[in-house]
This record gives sequence, C-alpha cells and structure tokens, in this order.
Amino acid sequence: MADPLLRVENLVRSFGGIKATDNLSLDVVPGELHAIIGPNGAGKTTLISQLTGQLMPNSGTIHFAGREITRLPPYQRSRLGLARSFQITCLLPDFTAADNVALAAQAHDGHSFRFWGSARKERHLRDAAQAALARVGLARRAEVLVSELSHGEQRELELAVALATKPQLLLLDEPMAGLGVTESARMVALLKELRKEVTIVLVEHDMEAVFALADRITVLVYGCVIASGDPDAIRNNEEVRRAYLGDQHVVVSHG
Amino acid sequence: MKSHINARNVIVALVALGLTLLPAYSALTGNIFILTLFTRIVIFALAAASLNLIMGYGGMMSFGHAAYLGIGGYAVGILAHEGIGSGFIQWPVALALSALYALVIGALSLRTRGVYFIMITLAFAQMAYYIASGLSRYGGDDGLTIYKRSTFGGLIDLSNRVQFYYLCLFCLFGGVYLIWRIVNSRFGMVVQGVRSNEQRMQAIGFHANRYRLVCFVISGTICGLAGALLANNTDFISPAGMYWTRSGELMVMVVFGGMGSLFGPVLGTIVFLLLEEILSQFTEYWALIMGPLLLLIVLFARGGIMGLLGRLSRG
Repeated sequence: MADPLLRVENLVRSFGGIKATDNLSLDVVPGELHAIIGPNGAGKTTLISQLTGQLMPNSGTIHFAGREITRLPPYQRSRLGLARSFQITCLLPDFTAADNVALAAQAHDGHSFRFWGSARKERHLRDAAQAALARVGLARRAEVLVSELSHGEQRELELAVALATKPQLLLLDEPMAGLGVTESARMVALLKELRKEVTIVLVEHDMEAVFALADRITVLVYGCVIASGDPDAIRNNEEVRRAYLGDQHVVVSHG
Repeated sequence: MKSHINARNVIVALVALGLTLLPAYSALTGNIFILTLFTRIVIFALAAASLNLIMGYGGMMSFGHAAYLGIGGYAVGILAHEGIGSGFIQWPVALALSALYALVIGALSLRTRGVYFIMITLAFAQMAYYIASGLSRYGGDDGLTIYKRSTFGGLIDLSNRVQFYYLCLFCLFGGVYLIWRIVNSRFGMVVQGVRSNEQRMQAIGFHANRYRLVCFVISGTICGLAGALLANNTDFISPAGMYWTRSGELMVMVVFGGMGSLFGPVLGTIVFLLLEEILSQFTEYWALIMGPLLLLIVLFARGGIMGLLGRLSRG
C-alpha cells in the first residue's frame, strides 16, 4: 500500500466525561475515496473538526502528506491542501456564488495584502472560479447571491469552494444532507467524477451513496473504529450489523 | 452594463459638487458661517468614513474611534506647544501615533468578538481620555490652545479659511477614494468575507485576524488625520473631544448614512451635524429629537440614507 496521505494515530478528544473520539487511528491512501460512517453520535463530525483544525485533540497525532498537522490552525491546513465542506452549509451569504469561489482561489494565490487593484477584475481568479462552478454545474448561477441559491445549489457551491483551493484531500461532511432524491443522485454522480482527481474522505448518512462510492469504509461507534475495510467486508461484518441494528436492512440490501 | 445614472448616484454627485462649490457660495453671499460649519462637517465626514471601513465593511464595532481624533489632535497641539510648527513633522507624527495606537489596541481587542469587542475598544478609548486629562503640562482637563496652525513651508496657508476648507475636502475625497480602492481590492474582499463568515474564511485558508488587524490600523490612521485637521480647525484640543460620547456620535453618523456604503458616512455626517446645528437653535434639548430620529432610521431604514436612496433608485 502507498504511503498514506492522511494518518491519524491514537486520537482522543473528550467533552467532559464523554469520549467523542476514543483512541482512534485511521489511514487514508492517495487516490481512494474513504467513507466514514456510524450511527448518530458516533463522533464523525468531531473527527472531521479535528482533521480540519476547528477542534484540537486531547492527545494523538494527525499527519498529512508526511507532515504533522495536529496543532496547526485551519487556515494553515488549507494551505497544505486540505479542504473541507461543512455539514451545515457555511458560505458567505451576502456574496455571489462566483465571489465565494474566487475568494477560495485567491486564498491559494499568494497573500492578500493587496490594497489597490480590483479583485473582481483579476482574470485568473474569475476564471478559476468559473471553472470550479462549471465543475459542479453552477456555471449559470455565478452572479447569484448565495442567500438566493436553493439548498441543493448551496451544497454544490460548498463543493466548488473546496475544489477551488486545489486540494490534495477533500473532507466532505455529509454533502448529501437535506438533499432530495434527484439532487442526491446528481451529487453522487459528481462525486464519482471528482474521486478520479482527488482523494476524498466522505462522512455520510446516505448508505446507498456510501456503498456506491467508497473504496474503503471505516465504521465509527462511540468514537471508536469498530471496522475498516472494503464495502463487501463491511457489509458482511457482524459487529457493524449489530451497531446498525435499526438500519440493518439498508446496509445489507444496497450496493 | 448596469446604468450608473440613478437617484442615488445623482444625489451623491450633487452633494460632492455642492461641497466643492461651497466656498464660492460663501464668498458670493458673504456667509462665512456656512464655510466654518462645513469645514467641521467635512472633517467629521472623514472620521466617519474611516469608522465605516471597519464597522460597515469589516464588521468590527469599534466604540473608541474618538481616541484617534484625540491622538491626531494632541500630536499637532503638543508639537506646536513645544515649538515644532511644521505640518511636515506634525502630521506624520499624528498618523504614526494613531497607527501605533490602533496596532496595539487592535491586537488586544481583536481577540474578542461582538459586545466584548465594543466594550474593550470603549475601555481603551476611555483610558486614552484619562491620560489626556492627566497631561498637566498640556492643559490637562482644560485643554490646550494651539496658537499657530500647522505650516507647510508656504505651500498652503491653513489660516486661510478657503484654503483650509479645500485641504479638508481634499483629504475627505482622497480618504473616500482610498477606502473605495481598498474595499474592492483583494484585501477588502477578505475583510468583507471575514465579516460575512469567519469560519468559512479560515477554512479556505485565510488568517482572518491578521487582515482584520491591518484594516483596523488603516481605519485608525485615517481617523488620526481627521484629528490633525480638527485640531487645526478649532485651534484647540482638549480631552472632551475624545470622550466616549464623541465615539458614539461617529457611530450614529455612520448608521445615519448607511453602514457599508462608500459615501453613506459623508451624507450621514452632513445630516447629523446640520440637524444638530439647526435643532440646537430652537432648543438645547436637541438630542431629544435626534434620538427618536435615529430610532426610526434603525427600525425602518436599515441601510440608512444610502439604503433609502438605493430603494428609490430601484423604483
């Protein structure tokens, strides 16, 4: 197996008496789509927040592209090529779609202590934004204010913003959250395309999507990894079935 | 292309033209008072525009902006008192001290957000006020008379009303132009992005506070310039000019005109100071009328005067 792009070792994070991340270890190799699933409260979002730097772990280490990033703030991780989308849409509501993406491109195009020239007239930033928007099917909505985009479009824009930072690794926190059936299908098709270009860690509730997309699946329960393997192995894993008792038929019947 | 000819832009252009032609009107009618009044208005408009840069565009509710008026003013006053009358020394010192104060205050205050930020900037400004009150060599509470306005080696005579007015107006237009360039630049986009959603900006790779701090310093420096102008205008500087109520007035001017609009603070300042002037002729309780007016603007015209004009433009 290739050197992992992301290596998480013995990560621990507790809130009061509750261990939301409990001695968790995880590898993501370049090129794979690695899904993280688990019942509600399994600590998926807590894990993502530690990977992106919003939350600091109590102990353990995170390595990304051969470098330790355990204590780096979010903006430095982004510079290294770690991008994320948010579970709850997190955009600049009073900016246009194109502005949102152009800012992401700008963040990775040298420093922004430039006070004179108009940023909206910088061709290469606008082109980069337009390309990322086209990638997610929002090319024609570029000049619409984010607050006037539909929920589905905002989810797609989240993805475009992450892409515009030219990431090595994309952390997607429930990109399907709140999407209807057709929108979900579009998102799955989009992720199928993206996975060819970039390594992806996908946290998702939609089992159908996870089993359709993932190369490897890691199952979290109470902050611990209870299983990790390819979709078939996970589907047939006894412990996973037990953890997902309510959703059992979902895990078994799709894929 | 969108048409640039609409009610809002026409009014802005008319106001700018009116400000430019004011000395001619004053000379023709012999009305010196109006020139004096508008010199004051123009200076405060510059201060309000600088506050708008951090408050409207940056989302930083500084409640201590009067401190820069004081620092800029005292730099001029103290140097004049010590026999250094050249504006080429006084003014750079005024700007540098304002920038330095902003850097220190900003670095400390920007660790906080929201109400805490308001309170901490207020607290620092009040400290500056008490320090000024304690400067017994320079008049303490009573303030300091400036016997000679800044000199610029014969280039411009600040004691000449018209020349001084045009200098102030030049500074105002220059300041507004600078702010316009800044808010549309890469830097300005980042600052406004952070106002809109700080977490998102961090996630895409911006060190938000660094940009906020630089914005805070730019704003303070511009306001320091207004302070230097104001001291020359009144030939006097005292701690009263940096009291917290003055910071509040600057905020009101910005809100009146429309936060986050380029020319709004200028209109807001004109309306505020004219109203104050007119109302105070009728009653010393003019604030009783100004207060409810502000309330109406906040309740029914969120974007202030510029917001109203914008709605008018869209028909």
